[in-house]
Amino acid sequence: MSAPGLARQLPQDRSRGRKLRRKWLLTVVGYAVALLFFFPILWMLMTAFKSEAAAFTVPPHFFFHPTLASFGEALARGDYLHYALNSLGASLISTALGVLLAVPAAYAMAFYPTRATDGTLLWMISTKFIPAVGVLIPIFLVYKDLSLLDNLWGLILVYTAMNLPIMVWMIYSYFKEIPAEMHEAAQVDGANTAQVMARVVLPVAIPGLASTCLLAIILAWNEAFWSINLTNTAAATLPVFIASFKTAEGLFWAKMSAASALAVAPILVFGWMAQRQLVRGLTFGAVK
Amino acid sequence: MSTATSHVEVSRRRRRSRRRPNMALLLGPSVGFLLLWMIVPLALTLYFSLRHYNLLQPGRRGFVGLHQYGALLADATFWTSLYNTIVLVVACLVLTVVIGLALALLFDSDFFGRGVARTLAISPFFVMPVVTALIWKNMLMHPVYGLFAAIFKAVGLKPVDWLATYPMPSIVAMISWEWVPFALLVLLTGLQSLPAEEIEAASLDGAGAWQKFRFITVPHLGQTIYVVIMLESIFFLTKFAEIYATTSGGPGLATTNLPYLIFLESFFQYDIGTASAIAIFAVILANIVAIFLVRFVASNLAEGAQA
Repeated sequence: MSAPGLARQLPQDRSRGRKLRRKWLLTVVGYAVALLFFFPILWMLMTAFKSEAAAFTVPPHFFFHPTLASFGEALARGDYLHYALNSLGASLISTALGVLLAVPAAYAMAFYPTRATDGTLLWMISTKFIPAVGVLIPIFLVYKDLSLLDNLWGLILVYTAMNLPIMVWMIYSYFKEIPAEMHEAAQVDGANTAQVMARVVLPVAIPGLASTCLLAIILAWNEAFWSINLTNTAAATLPVFIASFKTAEGLFWAKMSAASALAVAPILVFGWMAQRQLVRGLTFGAVK
Repeated sequence: MSTATSHVEVSRRRRRSRRRPNMALLLGPSVGFLLLWMIVPLALTLYFSLRHYNLLQPGRRGFVGLHQYGALLADATFWTSLYNTIVLVVACLVLTVVIGLALALLFDSDFFGRGVARTLAISPFFVMPVVTALIWKNMLMHPVYGLFAAIFKAVGLKPVDWLATYPMPSIVAMISWEWVPFALLVLLTGLQSLPAEEIEAASLDGAGAWQKFRFITVPHLGQTIYVVIMLESIFFLTKFAEIYATTSGGPGLATTNLPYLIFLESFFQYDIGTASAIAIFAVILANIVAIFLVRFVASNLAEGAQA
C-alpha cells in the first residue's frame, strides 16, 4: 500500500476500528445474557453428571468428577422407560393424527377458498383460546365412563385436539405459498385430489410440514396439565413422572436432574431446529 | 403468507377447476374433532355450572340456576384466586415484554456468533414446565442447598426461602424465565421485518439512536408487541404446571390461581358444579383477550386476501 493511500484511509480505519470494538462489546454482552438465560439448564445438566453427595455440597461446586451413575439410577428405576415410551407415543401418535386431520382441511381451505373459509379458520383458532380448565371436567367425566382415564389413547386424542388448530393454521399458511398455477397444472393433467395432494402439494410443503410436526411434538411432549389430570400411572407421561420428584424424592437432585435432562434434551434440539418456523405457528401468522 | 391470492385469481381458479373436491369430506373430520373435544365439553361445563353436582353427594342433584355463580362471588377464596390470576398475568407480561424487547434489540444487532447466543437464550422456552419448576424450586431457590442461597451467603447476606417468603414473585420469575424467549423470538422476527432503508433514512436526517428507536422501531413493533401481549395473556391465564410442581397453590392461597382452584374444587372437593362455574369465569376472562386477538388475525387474513 502506498503512503498517500494509507494517509487517506486513516479516518476510515478509525471508524472501522470503532465499529469492531462495538461489535466485540456487543458480543460480550450478548453471550453474557445468553449464558444467564441458559444457566439453569446448564446447571441441571451439570447436576445430572454429579453424584448425589456432590449435588448437595454447600456452596455448590462448578468443578467435579463427572459420573454417569445418576443416569443409570434414573433409568434403572424400571418405570422411567415406561413413562418415556408413553411420552413418545402420545406426542408422535397425536402429531400423526393431527397431520392426517389437518392436511385435508388445510388443502381444502388453501386451494378452494369459499366465503366460509376465513370464518372456519378463525373458528378453529378460537377453539385454541378456550382454556383447558374450561373443558377439563366434562372430558374427565366422559373419559371415566368410557374407561379412557389413565389410557394413552384418551391422552392422545386430547393432544390431537389441543394441537389441531395450530397445525391446520400452519399447514394452511404453507399451502398458501404454493403457486396456484402449479396446483392448476396438475389438475388439468387429470390428476384427482389425492394424486394432486401426494404428487404436487405435499412434496413442496415438506419443510413446512416438518416444522409443523416438530412444534406439535414439542407442545405435546412438554404438556403437563392434561397428563396430570387425566392419567395416573398406566398412561402417565414424563412430566407426571418428573413432577413426582416434587415430594417423595425431592432430595435426590442428581437423579431428578438426570431424569429431567433425558426428558428435556431431545426437545431442546427440536426447538433449536424449529425456532424460526415456530413464530409463525405460535402467532397464527400475525407475525411474519 | 407471502403469496396471497387475489379475489380475481380465486374466482378464475374456481371457474377453471373441473373437479372441486368434496369439501365436507376434507374439512369435516377436523371440524368434527374440534366440536367433540372442545365445543361440546365447553357446553357441558356451562351445563354443569348451573347444576348442583357433587360426586360425594350423588343424591343431591338438580338445577340451581346461577346459584353457584352467586356463591362464588360471595366467596373470598374465589376473589383471592382471581386476584392472583391477574397479578400473575400482568407481572409476567410486563417482565417478558420489557426484557424480551431489550434482548430482541440486542440480538438484532450484529455480533460474533450471534446465532449461537440467540439459540442459547431461547432455550428455556423448550424446557418442560414441570422441569423448570423443579430446577428453580430445588436447585436455585432452595434456602439451604440452592445456588441463590450460596450467592447470598458469599456476599454476606442471609439466604432467603424464596417460595415461602415471596411465593408469587418466585412463580412469576419462573414463568418469565420460560416466556422471555418467546417474546424475544417473536419480537426479533418483527424487528427483522423492519426495512433497513427506513433506519438509514432516519440516520441521514440526523436522528439519534433513541429517536430512531422511539419514532421508527417502536411504532413498527407496535403490532408485534400487541400480538405477544395477547398470546401470552391467554397462556398465562391458564398456568398450572409451575404452581402444581412448586407451591401447590400455597402457602395458604398465595399462589392459587383460577386453574389451580378448579383443580382443587374438582379433584379434592369433588364439587363439579362449583368447579364448572369457576371454569366458566376462566373462559370469559380468556375470551375478553381472545376476541381482540382473533379480530387482529382476521384483519390480517383480509389484508392477505387483498395484497
